[in-house]
Formats: sequence, structure tokens, C-alpha cells
Amino acid sequence: MIRHLLSAGDLSLDDATLVLDTADEMARLTEGRAVKKLPTLRGRTVVNLFFEDSTRTRTSFELAAKRLSADVINFSAKGSSLSKGESLKDTALTLEAMGADGVVVRHSASGAPYRLATSGWINACVVNAGDGTHEHPTQALLDAFTMRRHLGELAGKQIVIVGDVLHSRVARSNVLLLATLGAKVTLVAPPTLLPNGVEHWPCATSYDLDDALTGADAVMMLRVQKERMNAAFFPSAREYSRRYGLDARRQALMPPEALVLHPGPMNRGMEITADVADSARSVIVEQVTNGVYVRMAVLYLMLAGNATTEEAA
Amino acid sequence: MSRDLSGAREVLDGDDVARALTRIAHEVVERNKGAADLVLLGIPKRGVPLAYRLAERISAVEGTEVPVGALDVTMYRDDLRLRPARALEHTDIPPGGIDDRIVVLVDDVLFSGRTIRAALTALEDIGRPRAVRLVVLVDRGHRQLPIRADHVGKNIPTSLVESVKVRLAETDGHDGVLLDKPAPQTTEVLP
Repeated sequence: MIRHLLSAGDLSLDDATLVLDTADEMARLTEGRAVKKLPTLRGRTVVNLFFEDSTRTRTSFELAAKRLSADVINFSAKGSSLSKGESLKDTALTLEAMGADGVVVRHSASGAPYRLATSGWINACVVNAGDGTHEHPTQALLDAFTMRRHLGELAGKQIVIVGDVLHSRVARSNVLLLATLGAKVTLVAPPTLLPNGVEHWPCATSYDLDDALTGADAVMMLRVQKERMNAAFFPSAREYSRRYGLDARRQALMPPEALVLHPGPMNRGMEITADVADSARSVIVEQVTNGVYVRMAVLYLMLAGNATTEEAA
Repeated sequence: MSRDLSGAREVLDGDDVARALTRIAHEVVERNKGAADLVLLGIPKRGVPLAYRLAERISAVEGTEVPVGALDVTMYRDDLRLRPARALEHTDIPPGGIDDRIVVLVDDVLFSGRTIRAALTALEDIGRPRAVRLVVLVDRGHRQLPIRADHVGKNIPTSLVESVKVRLAETDGHDGVLLDKPAPQTTEVLP
């Protein structure tokens, strides 16, 4: 297992399968059990370092760490020295002085977790919980976990990812992980919301949603990230949702068993209509539950063992 | 009866294993005065097929189904930090749970007792059994904790450099117990 989880692309097929299998066991160990807590990370400290707002991911990591009995410290930009202009380095040195074993970091700057992991400022394992428009590997893992629970092994499955790929770290991580797992990914977005160099990604691209949906095993809708949009990427919200939004008519084009995913938070009526989001084939709420299992698996695999004996085993 | 298998000595063959399990099944039923409230939990990997075989034998004797499952103790081990993180095995608690039941833990080899210690802690998080009993196919001695088995297939006195390998049809294709004495210069660390 790798020491830091910075990119979904760092995971080999074996590593990714190990995380997903471990998450399966975590689900089995905590679902419907009187004591939903395992003693495995007792005495370890996990720091949630969130420079950017988040409800889902932060609480999910917090719950995962607590279920494994780790001590959890939450740092968010608001209400800490981060808002007084402390640098990433000084924050990291503070965490090191406090003896953090694992650091879960979210930052608006792409590459911040990489800097934290490779600078030598800290010894802790670093988990990327979303950096700028770069990556969000645990989201990709929980998406893959959710799809695997419904569809079985993902090799050969058709996954369609729709929307604001340009600003989406979720899309990047998903494309890399799903390619490792052998799934066939198609990105659908207006030309303005596909990043430069997307032709080198291990996936296909399309501008036509109706066409891509026929034959899809799962479709993942991305949030239109207004806060990162500093230019006019499409003429109007209405036009976007007509061409790239998922509504009941489009859902009917998909095979009846196809899943609908969304990493949240949703803009209902924009990229997805309420009736689709609440339909029987939508696994959006389940994604949140599964997020805890996947993060438990990641924290267990990264923090429970002794990394220095890795070569011996 | 014993023969050499590439340096390893076979101390129990397939028939011995079958006879030991049949005896243990009867002992468990005798001790419990029937099969009522029994729940068998195997400890992966090889405790699980053993638990299923025992359940089958108990059912044959008593004519009632005995709930059987698996209990992975990896998350409860005390040596997690000494090694890299390990993949987890299946945990599968029978639908009736373990509250107020007689839980019979089943494992292949009893050695330091640390696995059983971990299993007892794991049970605490699942429920409160009326009693916990322990079945092992082989007791090889060298306990590090005050733990003993209630029913033992065979006591095999060993030295610390030897290793005991249980082979089962379900996991290895055939039944048997091997005692392996490594070459003198090797210092293999045993679990």
C-alpha cells in the first residue's frame, strides 16, 4: 500500500482492489452492529486540515477516524490561525509538533497535499481530500465502491461522467481510478468545460449526452462549480441544463438498471432534476454512507500498520 | 503413519483430522447438554471451514441446525503496529446474533493465545454471549496469555523454531497437519 494518498492514479489495480475489499469488510463490521467502533487506530491522531469549505467530506473523514478509535482534530480555515495568514509550512510544522499520524487535507490550490507530503515538513501520512481542480481520490474510491456494490466488478462497464469536467477534481480522480479498474469512461461536457489535454486521458469524450447515455451502466453527474467559474463557459443556465442536465426523459434513454451518481452538493434543476435525484436508480444518498466505509479502509490501510516494515513482508 | 513431506512431518492425516472433529463435536454437545443456543464462529482462515464441519457433525448428532459464522480478528490484534497493514478477512455473524448464546470459537492452531484474546475483544463489540468456549484442532503450547482451549483435536508439543501447518480440503485441497522443522540457521518469526 502507498504511504500517501495524493492521486487516484497512484493506486495500482491491486491497491485499489485492496481498498475496495477492505471497505466491504468495514461495511460488514459496522452495519447493524451494537458497537459501531473498532479499536484499531487507538492512540493514533488524525488531523483534518480543511482550507476549503466542506460538510460531506470532513464529517465523513471525521466519522471514519472516530469509528476506528483514532483521536481527531479538526482545523478549518475559518476560526483558526489559517485565517490570520499562516503559511501551509507553519501549519504543517505545528501539526508535526503535535504528533499527527495522519493528515487529511483539503486545499483550494492544486498540489497542496503533494507539497505537504513531499516537503519533509511532516512525517504523517497525507490523504488528499480535494485539492483545487486537481484530484479527490477518496471520492473516486467511494464512487467505484458504490458502483461495484450494484454492478459487480467494474472491468468492461460503461461509465458516463457528465458536466463541468474542467473544474472537477472528482472527474479527474474517477477517470484515473476507473481506467485502472478496467471500466470504459466517457466524459460528456460542452467543449468549454473540457480541459486542455483531455485527449491524453484514458477515456473517451463526447458532446452529445443522449447518445452517450444509451448503453451506460452508470452515469455520474458533476456539479456546475459556479465558485470556480471566472468566465462565461456556457450561454445560460437554462441552455446548460437542457443540453447537459439529467432529467426524466434522458433517464428513460438509459438501460433500466443503470445507476445515477452525484458527488454532491447537488444543484437541483441545474445538472440534475429533483425527480431523477430521488429516483429508485439514484444512489446519491448511498454514496455518502459508503464514503465512511471507504475512508475507514483508507485510514486503516495507511495508519494501522508499520510502514517501515513494508519491505519485510 | 507419519511420513516425510519435503522436510515436514505429518502428525495428523486426513482420517485423524476427521476423527478429531467428530470427537470434538460430541464433546461440545455433551458439555452443552444438547445443541441449544450454540453459535459456532470460525476464525479465518482455517477456523472457518473447521467451524462449518463441526456444525455439520453437531447437526447430524442432534438433528438441529447450528448457526455458524466467521469472526475476523485482524482489527483487534495487538501486533498491528509491528507489521504493514493487512487485508481483512470476512466477518459473518449469523442472523440471530450472539446475545445470550453459547459462542464456540473455532481455530486451527492455538499458540500464543493472542488471536483468541483479540477474538474475545471482538465479541464484546458484537454482543454479550452467555459463555464463550474454545475449540482448536491443534494446541502447540507456548502460551503468552492465560488462555486455554475447552476442546483440543491434538496436543502437539513443539519447540519455538518449529512451525505447525494445518491443511484443509477447503483451503489447500487436502486434510492434514504438518510439523515443519526449519534448517538450523533460519530464524523464522512465527505468528
